[in-house]
Amino acid sequence: MTPLAEIRGLHVDFPGSTGWQPAVRGVSLVLGREKLGLVGESGSGKSVTGRALMRLLPPSARIRAETLRVAGTDLLTATPEAMRRLRGARIGLILQDPKFSLNPVMPAGEQIAEAWRAHHRGSRREAREAALELLSQVLIRDPARVFAAYPHELSGGMGQRVMIAMMLAPGPDLLIADEPTSALDATVQAEILRLLDRLVSDRGMGLVLISHDLPLVSRFCDRIVVMYGGRVMEELRAADLHAARHPYTRGLLNCLPRLDAARQRLPVLARDPAWLEGP
Amino acid sequence: MIEVRDLNVRFGKVHAVRGASFTVAEGESFGLVGESGSGKSTVLRALAGLVTGWTGSMSMAGCALGRRRDAAFHRAVQMVFQDPYGSLHPRQTVDRILSEPLIVHRIPDADQRIARALEEVALPRAVRFRFPHQLSGGQRQRVAVARALIAGPSVLLLDEPTSALDATVQAEVLNLLADLRAARRLTCILVSHNLAVVAHLCTRLAVMQQGEIVETLDEAALRGGRATHPHTKELIALSRDLDGTG
Ligand SMILES: Nc1ncnc2c1ncn2[C@@H]1O[C@H](COP(=O)(O)OP(=O)(O)OP(=O)(O)O)[C@@H](O)[C@H]1O
Ligand SMILES: Nc1ncnc2c1ncn2[C@@H]1O[C@H](COP(=O)(O)OP(=O)(O)OP(=O)(O)O)[C@@H](O)[C@H]1O
Ligand SMILES: [Mg+2]
Ligand SMILES: [Mg+2]
Repeated sequence: MTPLAEIRGLHVDFPGSTGWQPAVRGVSLVLGREKLGLVGESGSGKSVTGRALMRLLPPSARIRAETLRVAGTDLLTATPEAMRRLRGARIGLILQDPKFSLNPVMPAGEQIAEAWRAHHRGSRREAREAALELLSQVLIRDPARVFAAYPHELSGGMGQRVMIAMMLAPGPDLLIADEPTSALDATVQAEILRLLDRLVSDRGMGLVLISHDLPLVSRFCDRIVVMYGGRVMEELRAADLHAARHPYTRGLLNCLPRLDAARQRLPVLARDPAWLEGP
Repeated sequence: MIEVRDLNVRFGKVHAVRGASFTVAEGESFGLVGESGSGKSTVLRALAGLVTGWTGSMSMAGCALGRRRDAAFHRAVQMVFQDPYGSLHPRQTVDRILSEPLIVHRIPDADQRIARALEEVALPRAVRFRFPHQLSGGQRQRVAVARALIAGPSVLLLDEPTSALDATVQAEVLNLLADLRAARRLTCILVSHNLAVVAHLCTRLAVMQQGEIVETLDEAALRGGRATHPHTKELIALSRDLDGTG
C-alpha cells in the first residue's frame, strides 16, 4: 500500500538576524492509515513539520526535502491550485491557536457549513444540518447557539471544537491535529479522541497528532515520533513509550506532575548538546 | 485576600456564571476546574475587571471591587490568558510587549528586568526581538507568563497557563510559580483541565459545571479521589486513566 504521507530529509529554515535559523533539520517520516503521535518540547519543530505537510509555511521560510508527498501529490512541485484542492478536501489541519484560525467576523457554524459545502454537493439547509451534526459530534451541548455565535463568544474549548468540526467537515484522508485537545477537560478530550479514532478505523483516515502530552499520545496513538531541536530522536510503538530508551524521552516522562503522589519539585531536563548532532 | 460572593455573569441570554462563591487566602493557590464552557475563564475575567455584566460581590485585600479598577489594581493583579496568541499584540516584539507594563507602572531597569524575565521562563535571548508569530505556541505562552510577572504582581489569575507547554517547560513554569509564591507570597487562581497540575500547585479547588460551583475540595481529597459530585468523580477517573494509575 502506498503511504498517505512521506517525508524524507525535510529541512526548514527561517531567516534570522545571523543568517538562516534551522527549525527542522532532516526529518523523515512515513505515514499510513494510522495514528501517529508527534511529540517533543516546545520549539522542537512539530508544528513546522505539520505545516510543511500542507505547504502552509510563511513565504520567508526555506524548505528543502528529498521527498515531500501527501496523498499521491508531490508537494515540492504542486501548483498553488493543486495545493488548494488538496488542502480543502484531502488534508485537514487543526491549528494550535483555534481562535486565531477562525474568522472573527463570521458565525462559527457558517464556517463549518462553508467547509462542508466546499466538498459536498448540497443545499444551504443540508450544510447547516451537517454543521449542527458535527457540532454535536464534538460534544457541544447547545449546537444551535454555538452555530450562531462569533468566535469571541465561545470558551477556549468551544473554539477548539469548532475548529475540529470545521476540519472534519470535508471528510479528509489525512488530518494533522496540532494540540487539538490541549484546552479541553478530560471528559471532552476523551470523547473527541474517540471520534478521531472512529474516523481513522472506519474511514481509513490517517492522523498526525501533534501533542506534548505524552501519556495521552501513548494511550491514543499507534506510533510515536519524538522530536528535539528539529530532529527525530526516537521512533517507537506507542504502547512501548514507558520503555523509551532515549534520555530525552525519559526526561520528558519524568518531569510530569502526578495526581497519585505529590512531588515537592518537578525535575527539569538536563539537555545534552550531543542530541543535536549525530544520528 | 480574594472573596467572591454570589457572582453571576450574563452575556445576553447566556447565564455563564451562576451564583459562584469562594475565598482564597493570601499566599494560597486556588484551582478552578470543570468542563469546557462551564464558566471558569469568565470567573477570572470578572475578577480582572474584563466583563461588565456581573452581579454579586467581589473583594480583594479587603477592598470591594467595583466596575472600574485603578492603576494600583492593574499592577497588583495580573492575568495570563488561555489564548496566548490572541493576548499578545501581533505587531509588537517580545521586548516591546515586556516593556509596556514597566512603562505603565514606571518601573526602572527595564533592560535587566526583561532579560531576567525571559530567563525565568526559560526563553532564549534570541526571542527578545521577535514577533509573536515567529514563536512556537509554547514560546508565546511563556512570553505571556513573563509579561504577567514582570511588574511584580501580588495576585496572579492564570487561565490554562501550561496547557500549551510541553512537559519540560511546564515543569519549569510550575517550579517558578511555586518559588514565586513562596518568595513573594503570591496569591494565585489557576484554571486548568489538568488535575495533576492543579494538585501540584493548589491546596484547594472548586469544580464548575454549567456556570455553577458544584464542589469545593482540598488537594488531599483530590489526590485521594474523595469527591462527592459525579462531575468531579468523572474528571478524577479520566485523569487517573490517562496517568496509567486508574
Ligand atoms: N514564522 C516563523 N519565523 C521564524 N521562526 C519560526 C517561525 N515559526 C516557527 N519558528 C521557529 O521554529 C522553531 C520550531 O517551531 P514549531 O512551531 O514547529 O515548534 P513546536 O514544536 O510546534 O513547539 P510548541 O510545542 O511550542 O508549539 C521554533 O524555534 C520557532 O521559534
Ligand atoms: N463574550 C461572550 N459573549 C457571549 N457568550 C460568552 C462570552 N464569553 C463567554 N461566553 C459563554 O459563556 C460560557 C462560559 O465560557 P467560559 O469561557 O467562561 O468557559 P470555560 O469554563 O473557561 O471553558 P473552557 O474550558 O472551554 O475554556 C460559554 O457558554 C461561552 O460561550
Ligand atoms: Mg507547535
Ligand atoms: Mg476558558
